[in-house]
Amino acid sequence: MKFAVLVFPGSNCDLDMYHAIKDELGEEAEYVWHDTKDLSGYDGILLPGGFSYGDYLRCGAIAQFSNVMSEVKKAAEAGKPVLGICNGFQILTEAGLLPGALLRNKNLKFMCRSVELTVENNSTMFTSEYAKGEVIQVPIAHGEGNYTCDSETLASLKANNQIVFTYTNDNPNGSVEDIAGIINERGNVLGMMPHPERAVHEMIGGTDGLALFKSIVKQWRESHVSHA
Amino acid sequence: MRKVKIYVTLRESVLDPQGSAVMGALHTMGYGEVADVRIGKYLELQVDDSERELDVIVKEMCEKLLTNTVIEDYRYDVEEAVTK
Repeated sequence: MKFAVLVFPGSNCDLDMYHAIKDELGEEAEYVWHDTKDLSGYDGILLPGGFSYGDYLRCGAIAQFSNVMSEVKKAAEAGKPVLGICNGFQILTEAGLLPGALLRNKNLKFMCRSVELTVENNSTMFTSEYAKGEVIQVPIAHGEGNYTCDSETLASLKANNQIVFTYTNDNPNGSVEDIAGIINERGNVLGMMPHPERAVHEMIGGTDGLALFKSIVKQWRESHVSHA
Repeated sequence: MRKVKIYVTLRESVLDPQGSAVMGALHTMGYGEVADVRIGKYLELQVDDSERELDVIVKEMCEKLLTNTVIEDYRYDVEEAVTK
């Protein structure tokens, strides 16, 4: 399976993402610059964390108009897996690919530590390798991860099982309903503030993030390779 | 040429942690009269005259890029820019 790791000016988790895919997962990955106008050769699209365009105006606001974003929308419409982590999540909400928005953390601090997440929905292409209700350890590093949305959106997120990850005990940013990650209605665009790509090796504090990437690959193999 | 002054604030329904922190500081300083603080952004645009209606393009720019209407409100004033 071939992943595109999008690179915006100011992305800084692109290397971690690339490493997770290439070295830990053993799949193909390429860095793709933000002005690229064609993503048709990739099976999965990854939007890494960082501070695209210096977080000017709002996090993710300027990146949403990069050339590559219209290609990301096409990939999402085609049903390909699209994963946005941290700043990638912020970009996906700004671009309207996911509902809601990310506000400044409630305590106004940049939070950088490991958190416990509960897998609320394991029937997505990103979480099938987890158990429902499983608690995993994944690092966070953000100043604006306070997920918010209006009450109608929240009700529909709940009704459609779109809340995929929640903070287990200790919500670090004040997000509504302890939300850490959500998926679109169709189930192929996931955004989350925590960094699973930084939890792929025992040496760096755990491997709980690996199952997320394995889930994507498994789903892709089942839907592609079996027909070959 | 006209000058467009755009004021962006968090929507009433959205908690403003920065505003709350500043209000706390003002209260500590003895300004107990302050009942609420909302922190926003101020943008100034110099816009050349064109065949496009100013209100239409300002609205478009605000809603596409300059604000996120999920969490923010905006209003704007237009002034004739003083030519030097």
